[in-house]
Amino acid sequence: MASNDPHTAAQGEMDLLRFATAGSVDDGKSTLIGRLLLDSKSIFEDQLEAVESTSQSKGYDYTDLALLTDGLRSEREQGITIDVAYRYFATPNRKFIIADTPGHIQYTRNMVTGASTADLGLVLVDARQGLTEQSRRHAVLLSLLRVPHLVLAINKMDLVDWSEEVYEKIHREFTTFATKLNIPDLEVIPISALQGDNVVNRSENTPWYSGPTLMHHLEHVHVASDRDLVDTRFPVQYVIRPKSDQYHDFRGYAGQVAGGVLKKGDEVVVLPSGMTSTISRVELFDQEIAEAFPPMSVTVHLEDDVDVSRGDMIARPKNAPKPSQDIDAMICWMTNEPLKPRQKLAIKHTTRTGRAMVKDIQYRLDVNSLHRDQEAGELGLNEIGRVQLRTTVPLLCDPYAKNRTTGSFILIDEATGVTVGAGMINSGS
Amino acid sequence: MTNTHVDYQLSQLDQLEAESIHIFREVAAEFEKPVLMFSGGKDSIVMLRLAEKAFFPAKLPFPLLQVDTGLDFDEVLSTRDSWVERLGARLVVASVEDAIKAGHVVDDGKTSRNRQQIGALLAAIEENGFTAAFGGGRRDEEKARAKERVYSHRDDFGQWDPKMQRPELWSLYNGRIHSGEHMRIFPLSNWTELDIWHYIHREQIEIPSIYFAHEREVVERDGMLLSIGPEIQPKGNEQVEKKMVRFRTVGDRTQTGCVESEATDTAAIIDEIAIARVTERGATRGDDRFSEAAMEDRKKEGYF
Repeated sequence: MASNDPHTAAQGEMDLLRFATAGSVDDGKSTLIGRLLLDSKSIFEDQLEAVESTSQSKGYDYTDLALLTDGLRSEREQGITIDVAYRYFATPNRKFIIADTPGHIQYTRNMVTGASTADLGLVLVDARQGLTEQSRRHAVLLSLLRVPHLVLAINKMDLVDWSEEVYEKIHREFTTFATKLNIPDLEVIPISALQGDNVVNRSENTPWYSGPTLMHHLEHVHVASDRDLVDTRFPVQYVIRPKSDQYHDFRGYAGQVAGGVLKKGDEVVVLPSGMTSTISRVELFDQEIAEAFPPMSVTVHLEDDVDVSRGDMIARPKNAPKPSQDIDAMICWMTNEPLKPRQKLAIKHTTRTGRAMVKDIQYRLDVNSLHRDQEAGELGLNEIGRVQLRTTVPLLCDPYAKNRTTGSFILIDEATGVTVGAGMINSGS
Repeated sequence: MTNTHVDYQLSQLDQLEAESIHIFREVAAEFEKPVLMFSGGKDSIVMLRLAEKAFFPAKLPFPLLQVDTGLDFDEVLSTRDSWVERLGARLVVASVEDAIKAGHVVDDGKTSRNRQQIGALLAAIEENGFTAAFGGGRRDEEKARAKERVYSHRDDFGQWDPKMQRPELWSLYNGRIHSGEHMRIFPLSNWTELDIWHYIHREQIEIPSIYFAHEREVVERDGMLLSIGPEIQPKGNEQVEKKMVRFRTVGDRTQTGCVESEATDTAAIIDEIAIARVTERGATRGDDRFSEAAMEDRKKEGYF
């Protein structure tokens, strides 16, 4: 077996890229994902045979790779995708998790969900159509969710005779539009998902294109430095107290590092109490470790017997978030009943849960034109706006632009228990 | 002390492990009465290992629930017992036989034990008042699972409604349920079959011996190799053969086929999977082969 096969025991350790795809069925998104899965050998014979026979029975000329990703029977019957689906594939050095979001139905809710955990966003456009309202909207949402890397894949290049001119025009148009957004890293790639050009293999049809293939870019884009290794943030999730004879005095604070590096000897502050102490030990399972950093799940011990419980946060005395009950945030609303001033909801932020009241809806953002409608007064399903909240418990938060973990929250309807909103914090006081 | 990662990089296995541990702790903190559904298969053993890591050195803050089909492989039961003993865990066994006797499940002689597990499982969850049940499902297993949430809400009837799923953002999980409802929790959602094997290999995790190649008397039926045993005997002109085989999944022994294999350790299994061209369920699970949407139907009814 070739040594560069991702599936050998020796190759067990690789890194991880999470990306979100956006685009409609017509843009060839499902075909592209099918192509990535097929060309990275993540599709098995029985899966391929199933779609081949379905394609034949439907009278198609070629195997419809889109069928590989149409999951639920109700979706197959209707020929639409109704929900975010997660797909997996691996190449020798990287594992990929795709959050595949539908283009049409409930696009905002689903895209926001898919983008919330993504390192990279992949927006697909049809070369014949150029940028559409939908592709602009996708870019706006990826920017709002602070997805640090964006790929604009110009698909169906075969249908425009591999025209460099078409590619350049869409590229220019998008770059101009993107100046209004937060897109730190952009790659524009001409492809044909159907024929595979510039997806995994470099195309002979685009001699004028010197950039990477899509797969090469996905494999090499540098995501490790997207994490914050400076500002220590450790939301306490669970207090481990074995209460056994062997570990009688054991008291460990368990959680997932949200920012910075924690190590023995660090002076820390516990929020919201403000008590200070020093880290005496950092553990991962039964091992003491030298340092913990995002996104490790570890257990931290403190020198002093300070009162720490779930919902508290461990930070540094000179670098800690200010406990805030007045929150200014962008909210994506995800349910039919609109969000209105004075509405009360449950709020979950890091490991903290409380209640929140809507003080003001400052404006609704038109995700197509970026226009701010200050007269909106409420937010409907799939709408995004800037909202002021007052919370019952102080949130130990950072601006979302600084930390995607300590800057985000969800809103829950207290009667139904359903998640109805997603929030990205601008500031707290 | 374990050495620092000089470049602050974490491998995919470390990241998946951190995510799963986070999920275990979140559930233990927010749910009144969680339980871990333990089948004895490799995925549920990896779950158990992650749970062990999440709460060490404390014991698991929840019991294990096993649905005893009466048709489990002996090797699986002995591995289960060894894990339970080592962790000092509490084991609740829900038996399909008992569920049939109690009328929760009807044995019509046609329905497979895997399918009958649904009734036994739901009855056990309700009787014990479990509010969250960890399952070893992975999204890469099957198309219907690709849209499952980590926290999957079940109604009073234990059913899953794919159109009513809650959005799941960042690592903020919403554990709100009403009385009578429960949540299925899938800490391995983002793991693939290969990640599972790489992790078993790296961590030297004890799994049932039937996952490794061994000699066994088998008969070929419907394109599957079935192990000769009390329930499986050759029919008509079927030939009993002695072959080197291993199991890729461990379910009800009348429904779970094995594959020919020479892989006697985890490294060899990983190499074998690399060239395997059929999904683990497609190859060896009779109960998933009846229709393309078989899994989706069972999930809606409350299957794992």
